[in-house]
Amino acid sequence: MTVRDALNSALDEEMEKDDRVYILGEEVAQYDGAYKVTRGLWKKYGDKRVIDTPITEMGFAGIAVGSAMAGLRPVCEFMTFNFAMQAIDQVINSAAKTFYMSAGRVNVPIVFRGPNGAAAGVAAQHSQCFAAWYAHCPGLKVVSPYNSEDCKGLLKAAIRDPDPVVFLENELLYGVQYEMSDEALSKDFVLPIGKAHIARPGEHITLVAHSRAVEICLEAANELAGKGIEAEVINLRSIRPLDMDTINASIVKTNHLVTVEQGWPTCGVGAEILSRVMESETFYHLDQPAIRITGVDTPMPYTKSLEIAALPQPSDVIATVKKLLKAQ
Amino acid sequence: MVLSKNCASLLGRYFRNTLIPKTLSASYTSSQVHADVKLEWTQNLNFTGSSSLLIPSYRVLNQQGQIIKESEDPKLSDSVLEKMYKNMTLLNVIDKILYESQRQGRISFYMTNFGEEATHIGSAAALNEDDVVFGQYRETGVLLWRGFTLSELMDQCYGNCDDQGKGRQMPVHYGSKRLNFVTISSPLATQLPQAAGAAYALKGKNKIVICYFGEGAASEGDAHAAFNFAATLGCPVIFFCRNNGYAISTPSKEQYKGDGIAGRGPGYGINTLRVDGNDIFAVYNATKMAKEYAITENKPVLIEALTYRVGHHSTSDDSTKYRSVEEVQHWTATENPVNRLRLYLENKDLWNEDMEKQWHTESRKDILTAFDAAEKKSKPHWSELFNDVYQEIPDHIRKQMEEMQQHIEQYKDQYPIKAYSP
Repeated sequence: MTVRDALNSALDEEMEKDDRVYILGEEVAQYDGAYKVTRGLWKKYGDKRVIDTPITEMGFAGIAVGSAMAGLRPVCEFMTFNFAMQAIDQVINSAAKTFYMSAGRVNVPIVFRGPNGAAAGVAAQHSQCFAAWYAHCPGLKVVSPYNSEDCKGLLKAAIRDPDPVVFLENELLYGVQYEMSDEALSKDFVLPIGKAHIARPGEHITLVAHSRAVEICLEAANELAGKGIEAEVINLRSIRPLDMDTINASIVKTNHLVTVEQGWPTCGVGAEILSRVMESETFYHLDQPAIRITGVDTPMPYTKSLEIAALPQPSDVIATVKKLLKAQ
Repeated sequence: MVLSKNCASLLGRYFRNTLIPKTLSASYTSSQVHADVKLEWTQNLNFTGSSSLLIPSYRVLNQQGQIIKESEDPKLSDSVLEKMYKNMTLLNVIDKILYESQRQGRISFYMTNFGEEATHIGSAAALNEDDVVFGQYRETGVLLWRGFTLSELMDQCYGNCDDQGKGRQMPVHYGSKRLNFVTISSPLATQLPQAAGAAYALKGKNKIVICYFGEGAASEGDAHAAFNFAATLGCPVIFFCRNNGYAISTPSKEQYKGDGIAGRGPGYGINTLRVDGNDIFAVYNATKMAKEYAITENKPVLIEALTYRVGHHSTSDDSTKYRSVEEVQHWTATENPVNRLRLYLENKDLWNEDMEKQWHTESRKDILTAFDAAEKKSKPHWSELFNDVYQEIPDHIRKQMEEMQQHIEQYKDQYPIKAYSP
């Protein structure tokens, strides 16, 4: 099943289950969504539950927040998260903080979703990861799924969650097919927010990643296995809350840590993980300093060759692992 | 501290207005608090609805290319008329070639201008080159009018070593300091408040700003901010809306209710014009009048040009999914802005089929020459990677640049250095 279809079935199932759930955003209805994630839902659920909006991110994010306060369960699609910057005040100051500011009286059960992170050939203003931005803010939950199972289970969890969830998809993964277990095909399949997943067990080094970077780690781990290095790949799934238990347990086993992400290094997801390891008992289990592999600290280049160079590649992961483990 | 300061000034005003009535001038009325327009009182409760005021659309040329009312003929010189027509048709050929080249994978992205040629050329012709342009992304004709060369255009789309944007932007994100055309920025509607700000800075400098945007962009909050600030700060800016019927797939009638974009102007206290955007003379006359008003009065003007996006939104879009072929054909055949000008020129004996053929061959040849040259040019020098993130290169970036320099020096046979400009 493709990531796109997994997201679509999660939306479909939750809309069927709970009539408070509705979708709004630019072109989500008649056009089936800019990336076809909402395909067929307008036909099935009609104008009342799948709503095309004018091009006003701040406006429809505000509508979504208000309707969530009033008891609905909006799924607010941003055509891409690059455009969600227009709506940042509604997401941070209204959605994330209202529960706290209302002394627990008004919760905001909302999902902000859309493609995030690097796309292909669309330059600095259309190609960037906002995981660290949203993860910075208390009150939000931030999910960054990798494959089809992640997307289905986590989107369903996000829709059912009583708090605002920022759901960061990846454009380049929409069309990719991943296997789905029988369990994941069930309508009851939900993955817990805040729990990481060990995508590949290993004993020599821990690789922690989210979204598309998980794929990069798995590719690197495959190649490293041929050289006798067994890397454990952790798919974070959630950025906030961050599942430090799984990361810590893995480090205790492997004594080495590398984080991999497509976003920028400064104040990034990797920076956060390394700090938390440093502040905990787990630090004493490290045999070498932990290392971040990140996107390059620059606005995304447009040129294809530079774009590749600006993003972590499996070869970067392999080189770093070998250096850390002093392997040939 | 801020609060107390505000309170003090509010109190000051309160005391002046209420406690010391003797100091008020005799002409003071209570309506002056709310606006500088005269307020009338009524005892009847009636809604003012969306149809209370409908702004008509100004038209000079009919569909047969004839002037409807003689007094509205802008009486342009033969050379200006020829330049207008040549720019419009040149734009068509550029669009065809670059659209195809994207389909062939030679450039990554493209946006055509089909159907909106008159909005570009008509408005550009009414301004001076030192008037500043803030575009959205579909205003290539404005650049052509100002003398953006075919090489500059192709170099941008290829992002090669001669691209003034150093290959950092997606195709069609043109910019030219020489031509006072601010570089296109992808995020929607950000140019609107920026244009108001630029116009504020240019007050009294005998030039204006023109800001292009679509009817979809007018839904962004930025549009409201721009209109209100331009009006209250008295900014000499023309807000030029290309209402082309679609914001990607969203049709105009779902984008807004009420009397279009023009209908908003009076609400902001902005003088407003609505024109047939496929009538180049209507666009020209409106822009000319708007400029004169903006520059003499230091006030904004809103122009809504009704036009039609004949092409897809971009190479990432397929418009057959949301509109009919008949609809597109109607606008291509009946409302075609290029044909309308051509008929006018032919009526005046300024153009004919032979000239058309010759011009088409010549322009196609020039475009392909620039296109081939741009494709062959090398990429910008690799060190450009480190420039322009900050005006002065910080130490950590300089260090990286030096490391790379040494690295490339050492392993120059391992890298395709020849692909980059020396």
